[in-house]
Amino acid sequence: MIINLLLLIALTIGALWSVLKADLVKAAIALAVTSIILTILMFRFASPLAAVFELSVCAGLITVIFMSTISLTKYRTPQQEEVRQQSRDRRYAALPVLVIAAAGVLTLVGIPMNFALPQAAAVGDVRSVLWNERQLDLLGQMLVILAGFFGISVLFKSKVKAVGRAGAALVRGELPTTATVGDKSQTTVPEMAESRH
Amino acid sequence: MSGNTAQLIRVMAIFLPLLFLTGFYCVIVTRNLIRTLIGLEILTKGVTLLLVVAGYLTGRTAFSQACVITMIVLEAVVLAVAAGIIVNAFQHTDSLDTRDLENLKG
Repeated sequence: MIINLLLLIALTIGALWSVLKADLVKAAIALAVTSIILTILMFRFASPLAAVFELSVCAGLITVIFMSTISLTKYRTPQQEEVRQQSRDRRYAALPVLVIAAAGVLTLVGIPMNFALPQAAAVGDVRSVLWNERQLDLLGQMLVILAGFFGISVLFKSKVKAVGRAGAALVRGELPTTATVGDKSQTTVPEMAESRH
Repeated sequence: MSGNTAQLIRVMAIFLPLLFLTGFYCVIVTRNLIRTLIGLEILTKGVTLLLVVAGYLTGRTAFSQACVITMIVLEAVVLAVAAGIIVNAFQHTDSLDTRDLENLKG
């Protein structure tokens, strides 16, 4: 019980750290550490398969997604950073106080314990539950993954198509217009020619 | 209910709301799109822990693990699509601030 308590305290501190850290990269790393602590807790609560999923997906894949997203966005200038930091300190100052106050209130008040837990069921195999009893869940997961694939393809499709249309117009000897390019951020041929010189 | 079980429920009743509070606070207060996702992730971790503990206390660890695996898959896909939306929004507005997303403002 002591170990569980220490792990739960570490989990809460990890979550607070990931929220309060101003640098997004460090916040993402703190989130990964929180996932690792949650994995250990899941192993202790007799859920090894879910723990492995949590470690590989949440501590691994999701951290990579966060790092990729952060790397595709620019850093602020030092002046912007200073202004942002002051505003940020004001907004996030209340969180540690709120968490400590909530912990105190919950410890003192507690929850009513006059309920009975259902009878412990026979321990089954996760694989048989997932493939035999939760087939709709599996179908839902496949559909969500497919939807996610198409969603991401659509999000990044316009830029590739726009560049292709501009290139085709150039081959025909036409100057690509905004309509051809389809995106105001795309450069036109005269601008491209200027930038080459 | 045994003493250990009651003790575990009392401890979880303290720490799970703290996790939810941290996640909600982050989502509500932040103006950064990426940090909103971090808040969402913390909320999901709270729900994951709740499911695991519920399975442990009732003896239905197989069922709770199946639910957790489903939730982790959905969480990963939602995060990937949300990250794509954020990158796309950044390419259009050159900012991660939610206050700069005002093209549809009435």
